[in-house]
This record gives sequence, C-alpha cells and structure tokens, in this order.
Amino acid sequence: MSLAFTLHTAPAVPLEADVLSPTRLAGLGATDVARMPVVYGNQRAELGDFFTISGAPDDTIHLTGDLSRIKFIGAAMAGGRLFVHGTAGMHLGATMSGGVIEVEGDAGDWVGPEMTGGRIIVRGNAGHLVGSAVRGSTSGMQGGEILVFGHAGNEIGSGMRRGLVAIGGDCGDFAGVNMLAGTIVVFGQAGWRPGAGLKRGTIVAMKPVELLPTFTFACTYHPVFLRLYLRRLRLLGLPVTEAQLTGLYQRWSGDAIELNRGEILLHQA
Amino acid sequence: MRIGNTEIADTFAEAFAMVGARLLITAETAEWALAAGRSVTGFATSIIGCKCEAGIEATMAPDDTPDGRPGVSVLIFAMNEEGLGKRLVERVGQCVMTCPSTACYNGLVADKEVVVGGQLRFFGDKFQIAKLLEGRRMWRVPVMDGEFLVDDRFGIQPAVGGGNFLMLGRDQRSTLAAAGAAVAAMGGTAGAILPFPGGVVRSGSKPSSRYKFLHASTNDAYCPTLRAIAARTDVPDGVGAVLEIVIDGLDLSAVEAAMRRGIHAAAAAGALGISAGNYGGGLGQYQIHLHPLLAGAEEARA
Repeated sequence: MSLAFTLHTAPAVPLEADVLSPTRLAGLGATDVARMPVVYGNQRAELGDFFTISGAPDDTIHLTGDLSRIKFIGAAMAGGRLFVHGTAGMHLGATMSGGVIEVEGDAGDWVGPEMTGGRIIVRGNAGHLVGSAVRGSTSGMQGGEILVFGHAGNEIGSGMRRGLVAIGGDCGDFAGVNMLAGTIVVFGQAGWRPGAGLKRGTIVAMKPVELLPTFTFACTYHPVFLRLYLRRLRLLGLPVTEAQLTGLYQRWSGDAIELNRGEILLHQA
Repeated sequence: MRIGNTEIADTFAEAFAMVGARLLITAETAEWALAAGRSVTGFATSIIGCKCEAGIEATMAPDDTPDGRPGVSVLIFAMNEEGLGKRLVERVGQCVMTCPSTACYNGLVADKEVVVGGQLRFFGDKFQIAKLLEGRRMWRVPVMDGEFLVDDRFGIQPAVGGGNFLMLGRDQRSTLAAAGAAVAAMGGTAGAILPFPGGVVRSGSKPSSRYKFLHASTNDAYCPTLRAIAARTDVPDGVGAVLEIVIDGLDLSAVEAAMRRGIHAAAAAGALGISAGNYGGGLGQYQIHLHPLLAGAEEARA
C-alpha cells in the first residue's frame, strides 16, 4: 500500500517540501512522515501541518490537492513513483536522478531543473524554464525525460546538456536557449528565437516558426533518429501523427554565434 | 529409427561454442533492408575461410522494428568476442552503412557488448552526432542520402555453431528437393540461421588433408563418386547425392529446434536417409544426438 497525502491546509505562502519524495520517505512510518521538516515561508514546519497522511510507505506516493504553492516536490528523487492529483508548484523534480513523477494538472516554473534521470509527466501546462539550468549554472537538464501534454512557458531546456523535453502544446520564447545538447520536441507553436545560443542538440518544431538569422538552411530530409524519439513519445501518450513520424523535416544548422553544431528540425506539413 | 521411409542414423552432430550477435537492419523499403541483410551476411558461410558465419534470421514488419520501417534481423557468429567485434565493425561499416536509407540497431540484450557505432562514428569526420534515448546511445553519421543511424554498442552472447544434419538422397535432384523443403521449414526459427548458400552446403569437409598446406578437405566418406575408391564410405547403396544443412544459433535449443523442423521436412520430402557430421566427438563442445533429438519431438507432438 502506498503513502497518500491529502492537503488539508493550503499554504498561504510558498512551502518548500523536498521531503515529498519516495526516496526521502523510504522506510519511514506514517508518524515519522508527518514530522518530516518543511520550510513554510521563513519558518520551519512539518508535513503533518499541511497534509493528512494515510497508508504505508513503499516506493509510491500520492499527493492530492492544489499544491501550486508547494515547491521542490520530488526533488533529488532517485527512484519510485510520485503522483500529484492536482497541481504542482515550482521546482518539481529538481535534480532528480530516477523514478517517475506524474502530475494530473498543471505545474509551475522550473519543472525538472538540472535533472539527470527519470521521467516527469505533466498532463496539464507547465511554467517557464522546463528542464533548465538554475540561474548562475551553465548546465541544465543532463538526462531523463520531461513530457508536458499542455503548453509551456519561456526558455524550456535552457542550458540543457542531455535528455528529452517534449511539449504537447505551444511553448514560449527562447526554447533551448544556450542548449549544449539533448533533444526538445515542440508539437504546438514555438515562440520567438528558438535555439538562441545553441551549441549542439536538436530542437524539433512541428509548426512553422521564424528562426534567427544565425541559423542556416541545410536540406529537407527524413531524419531516421527522430522516428525513434517520436515512437517513444507516442508510447508515452503524446498524440504523434503519422505525418510527423514519417514526414519530411527541414534541417537548419546553428547557432552560428556559437559552435554551429546544433540543429532545428522543422516539420513540413 | 525411421521417420516414414527415411532412415535416421544413430549418430550425432558435433557443434562448437561460438559468440553471437543480432543486428536489426531497417530501411525505407523491405527491398533495401533485404539488400543490406544479404550484403552483411555475404561471404560468411564458414568460420574456416570467412572469419565469421552469418545469415538472415527473419524479415521484420515495420511495427516490430525500432524505427517503424521494414527490416531484417541478422545473426553473426565468430569464435571469440574480439573477433566478433571486428567482424561487426567491418560488416556494418562496409555492408550496412553503404546501403541506401538503412539504419542498424542492436538486437540482443546481453551482459557483454562490443563497440560498433562508436567505431563507425569516426567516418563522420567530426560531423557525427550522438543521441541518447532510454539509455541507448546512437550515432548519426552524415552520409550522402541523409544520415546513417547506428547503435553505439551491440550485445554479444555465447552461442552454438555447427549444428548440422546430412540428407542422403537417390540423386541430386531429389536430394535438392528434400533440402529445399528442410530450409523452408527451418526458416523463421528464432535465434537460428543457416549460413550456407540457400541454407545448404554440398562441400562437407573433414578436418584433415593429404596436402600439408591444407587443414580441411572434402568429406570423401560422403562423396558418392568416391564410394568405390575411398578408404571408408558412409554412402549406402542407392544413394547418389548427399547435402548438408549447417545451423548456428544463439543457444543450443534454437539449433535443436531448427534441426527437428528440418529433418522432419526433409524426410517428408523424400530423403532416403538422415545422418549428421561429427569428428568423433573430440573437437566440439556439443553433441546433438539425432535419435533423442527426434524422439523428444515425437513425444512433444504426442
């Protein structure tokens, strides 16, 4: 039986609760779990102050409620499964290295910053900086997968080094800004200036988007590797069409102000 | 022992420990995938002269391949891990990368791996791109029709080579018919391939020669034309042709399964007798005795 957390007192100010992770709660009883420390604004508090806790610990935990003010859910998670039946706050799955986080609703900014492994699925929308580097850091997401079924904000995959970010809907400006490597797939409309500062890595845009002048058209072709990625995303539930799977893509090389070894692939409808 | 009118000799096939790998080759069309499959398994009939043995295991429907395109699965066997690694790099590089529209994936989850794409990537002259998906590293090597996609590493595992049986027939035509039926019945056996042309070998060999510079020579005991003069003959009265089918497999059970299917099909197609090739049991690590092999099949059928 898994541990279940139901929010009974909505925090009025941000609550930092990196203990909400199967990794952190492994082996603890319900009483001990309730006493796990959290930071409420500028004060110390306990999980039991906000959640009703039931069940017994195993590698799965369920969180229910509007958790949009609760930060660092699943942070540093190394395994197990974490379900959010509601919304999640900022820094969801920060630096996680394994396991699966699934959010039924929306998630805030900084989903999976600097994560190295595992998978985060957001069924609703996500905020800015999905899979990004934190401010002052040069390297963003370094492994794993983030799938947002809805829309996402600006600077997704900022400084990303490895891994896969897929946005089912639209995304904001500067997707993949300063990206080092890895793969971003945007099924909806991407905002302005995708790939600015791109060194290596792949940004796939399924809808036409205006590119920076520092990207150069190479050819229109069938990128076989992309079929593996799209089949993977289809398996995980994103609505990948046959036209996207088997179609032609324009390849644009850039960013010429950097290594010029990255690429933006534009689907040709 | 008899199957219908076919006499099954009380003997055994002597098989050897090898190391095997499986390649999944895809292409834009089934024809190009098959072209690559045929090329990569070319000149790979016998370890004696070809350094490896290889064959097409099966054709694959698009839904069964990693990239959703038509494909073939290929098995390649060598005597040791180092040798297999070299053969894979050579053959994937020369026969798959060169073939239009292809991609080449590892088809074997195994504890041991050899680096293949990680070697071939250098052909990309620093334009190659690495991709990592679900822990699987792949290389995109730029080529003139787009990109050649190849897995960084391929799994290798202990395998069994040299499983075999001999079909003894009245003449060449009827023996060929029996061999053809056997090959057709053995096709699609998971984990097994028939490395010789069309699956059949006519120049069975013994591991010795009267020439000092030769290690192997014709199996005179099974040459019908030498019945009257060979020191020993295993060609019975009324037999005018003998053909052999050699089977390599990823494990012994795959080899045995293929042998059972093939022997029954050859018998049904009119082979006068079935025997097997061995060296007295002194060379190979495996002995596949025909009577228990087929008795097991009969029991399983019952």
